Amino acid sequence: MSKTNTKPIAFVRDAMLAEQTPPVLASGPLAWVKRNLFDGVFNSILTLVAIYFVYLIVSGAFPWFYNGVWSTNSLAECREILQGKTGGCFSVLTERWPQLLFGFKYPSEEYWRPTVAFFALFFAAAPVLFNKLPRKMLIITAIFPLVAFWLIWGGSLIVPVMVALGLIVGYVVFTKLEYQSFAMGLIGGILATVIFWSFMGYVTEPLSDVLALEPVPSRDMGGFMLNFILGVVCVSLSLPLGIMLALGRQSDMLIIKWICVVFIEFIRGVPLITLLFVANVVLGYFLPPGSNFDLILRVIIMITMFSAAYIAEVVRGGLAALPKGQAEAAGSLGLDYAQSMRLIILPQALKISIPGIVNVAVGLFKDTVLVSVISMFDLVGMIRGPILASTEWNGVYWELWLAAVLFFFPICYGISQYSQWLERQLATGHR
Amino acid sequence: MKKSVFFGAMTVASLAAGVAAAGTLDDVKARGKLNCGVTTGLVGFAAPDANGEWQGFDVGVCRAIAAAVLGDPKAVEFVPTTGKTRFTALASGEIDVLARNTTWTFSRDVDLKFEFAGVNYYDGQGFMVPKALGVSSAKELDGATVCIQTGTTTELNLADFFRTNNISYEPVPIETNAEAQPLYLEGACDVYTTDASGLAATRAAFENPGDHVVLPEIISKEPLGPLVRHGDNEWGDVVRWTLNALIAAEEVGITSANIAELGAAAGNNPEINRILGTEGTLGEMLGLSADWAKNAIMAGGNYAEIFEKNIGENTPIGLSRGLNAQWTDGGLLYVPPFR
Repeated sequence: MSKTNTKPIAFVRDAMLAEQTPPVLASGPLAWVKRNLFDGVFNSILTLVAIYFVYLIVSGAFPWFYNGVWSTNSLAECREILQGKTGGCFSVLTERWPQLLFGFKYPSEEYWRPTVAFFALFFAAAPVLFNKLPRKMLIITAIFPLVAFWLIWGGSLIVPVMVALGLIVGYVVFTKLEYQSFAMGLIGGILATVIFWSFMGYVTEPLSDVLALEPVPSRDMGGFMLNFILGVVCVSLSLPLGIMLALGRQSDMLIIKWICVVFIEFIRGVPLITLLFVANVVLGYFLPPGSNFDLILRVIIMITMFSAAYIAEVVRGGLAALPKGQAEAAGSLGLDYAQSMRLIILPQALKISIPGIVNVAVGLFKDTVLVSVISMFDLVGMIRGPILASTEWNGVYWELWLAAVLFFFPICYGISQYSQWLERQLATGHR
Repeated sequence: MKKSVFFGAMTVASLAAGVAAAGTLDDVKARGKLNCGVTTGLVGFAAPDANGEWQGFDVGVCRAIAAAVLGDPKAVEFVPTTGKTRFTALASGEIDVLARNTTWTFSRDVDLKFEFAGVNYYDGQGFMVPKALGVSSAKELDGATVCIQTGTTTELNLADFFRTNNISYEPVPIETNAEAQPLYLEGACDVYTTDASGLAATRAAFENPGDHVVLPEIISKEPLGPLVRHGDNEWGDVVRWTLNALIAAEEVGITSANIAELGAAAGNNPEINRILGTEGTLGEMLGLSADWAKNAIMAGGNYAEIFEKNIGENTPIGLSRGLNAQWTDGGLLYVPPFR
C-alpha cells in the first residue's frame, strides 16, 4: 500500500496547465459574428441581403446629406450651387427656422417668451414625473400654467394673478363648506370662483398696463410651438377628466353613469377631424360675429374631450383588472368612497393603465398636426401651406418632412421611455 | 329654464349676425381692419414670406380694398382658409371678403348665396407633359395616365374632354398640388392636369422646366374673383369697384409712378379725374372718401403692376397676360365706365 504511494504515477499531472484562450470560433467577436449573422446557410443569405440594402440606403442618402446646401435664399440658388449633383437643400430649414418653430406671425422680437416657457416646463413637469424630487417643487408646477400663459399670450400679469386668486377663493370656500358634505363644498367653491372671475374685469381693465407684455392673439400662434401647446395642455387636462369619466361610468348613480357612457361612446364614435371641423366651422354659425371665443381654446376643448374619452376606457380597463377584494378591504377599514379610491383603488388601477395612457398621450401629441386641415399653421400646416407655397421654396419636400420627423420623434420616444422607466419603478410584483 | 336661455342666446346670435350682414362697410370702418379670407398658401397668389408678410396676387386685391375703405393697405387681417372652410368662413361673417382663387360658378353664386364682385384672373384647365413624350396636342393623349386632383371641377372637366374627343385615359388620383409634383416627376403619370396658372407655377419649381411643356388646349373656363355675402349690396359695390378701379387704372394709364402727380389736381382727362376723385363725387356715392380709388391704386399699383410683381413674366412663375390682358390688347378685362 505504502509502496504504491511513494511511487509517482506516470500519467497523473501534478502541475496545472496555463489557461488557454478559447478557439477563435467559440468566443470573441468572430464567434459573435458567426452565431448571430452567419448561423447556417439561410441566415447567411439573409445577412448578406440586409447588408446590401443598408449599403444601398447609406450610399444613396450620404451624398444627399454631405452635399447639402445650408445657406442659400431659394431652391433655385441651391440648384445652381449643386450643379446637378445629389444634395439636400437644407437652407429652407435655416431660412424658415423661426417659422417652423413659432409660425409666421409671432412677433420675432418676442421669441424669447415661448422659449422661456418651454424651458420652464421642464422644471414644472419634473416633480410630477419624478417623485423622488422635493415635494416643494410642486409649487412651480402650480404656478407654471399661469406664467406660461402670460409669457406666450402676453398682456398684463394682473390677469393670471387674478385667475389664481379666484382659484384660491374657491378653495377657501370649499374647505369652509367641506364639513357639511363634499358635494356642497365643491359646488360652493366653484360658485365662488365663477363669481370672483366675473367681477375680475373691474380690476384688470384699469390695470391692463401693469407688468404687461405685448399681447399676441391666438391666431398668430403657429409652428411646433402650437403642437407643443396643444399636446401639453390637452394631455394634462384629459388625464383627470378621463379618470373622472372612468369612475363615473362605474358609478351607481344612474344619471351620472349614463352621462359618462353617452359621452364616452359618442366621442369614441366620431373621428377627431370631424370634431375639429365642428370647432372651427360650425361653432362660427352659433356665436355672434366678432365674439371672441378663441380658436385655440375651441380646439383644446375638442382634443381634450377626444383623448379624455380614450383615457377613460384605458382607466376602466385598469379598474376592471383589480380584484374586487381591494374595494371590499378598503370598505372594511372604514374608508369612504373618495378615500378608498384615492388611497387604494386608483393607485393600483393607474399603475396597470400606464402603458395604455402613454399610448393615448403619444397618439394625441401626434394628432395635434390634424389642426393643419382647419387652417391653423402648426408645424405641418406651416410646411404644407406657407413654406411650400412660397415662390422660393416650392418643390422642397424631403428636407422639410425629415425636419418634421426629427421634431416629433425625440419627444414621442422620450415619453415612451419614461413610461417604461416608470413601470419598472412601480413594479411591486404582481407577476 | 336652461333651454330657453340657450335659445335666447341663439336668437341674439342670429340677430347680431343679421345686423352685421346688413352693414359690412360700417363694420369694417368701426373695426379699423378688413378681415380678408385667403388661401393657406398658393404660389404667386397668396403666401406669407420669410418675414411673415402676406404676398401675392389675391393678397394685392385685399390690400387695395383695405386702402380704399380705411386708407391703409396694412389694415388687413388675413384669415387663411382651406378649400373646405372658405365658404363657411364667409357665410358666418368671420371674413368680410374672400379673395382665394375661387371659381365663379352658377351654384356658388345662386345656391350658396354669395355675390362675386368680378373676376381678377381668368384661368382654365390645361395639361402638362414631359417633352420626351413628343406630344403637341391634348388630342394625341389617347391611353395616357393622368394625375388629377380628386373631388374638384378639374376631374369632371377632364372626363368631359376625353369623352367629347372619344379617347381614353387612366386617372391617377392625388390629393394636393404638392403631392402631384413628385409623382409626375417620378413618371407615375404621363400627364398632369390642373389650372393653367397652377401648371405654370409647378413647372417653374422643376429642376429642368425646359423638359416639360404645357399643351395649348385649355379645356375649361375658371374665372377667379373675390366674393362677398349675398344681400349686402353696398359692400359688394365697394369690392367690385375697387377691383374695377385697379383694372381701369391700367387702361387709362394710372401707375404708382405717376399717381401722385395725376391725383394732385384735376388734369385734362376727365375719366382719370373721376377715378382719382379730383372731379365728381364717385367716392361719396360709395360711402367712401373722395380719394378711395387713389388709395387703392397706391396700395400695390394698378392691375398690371400687381400682376407683374406676383405672377408675371419676370417672376419664377412666368405667366403671360393672355386672357387677362385689357380688351384693347385682345384680352377679357373690360370694366364699365367710371361715370
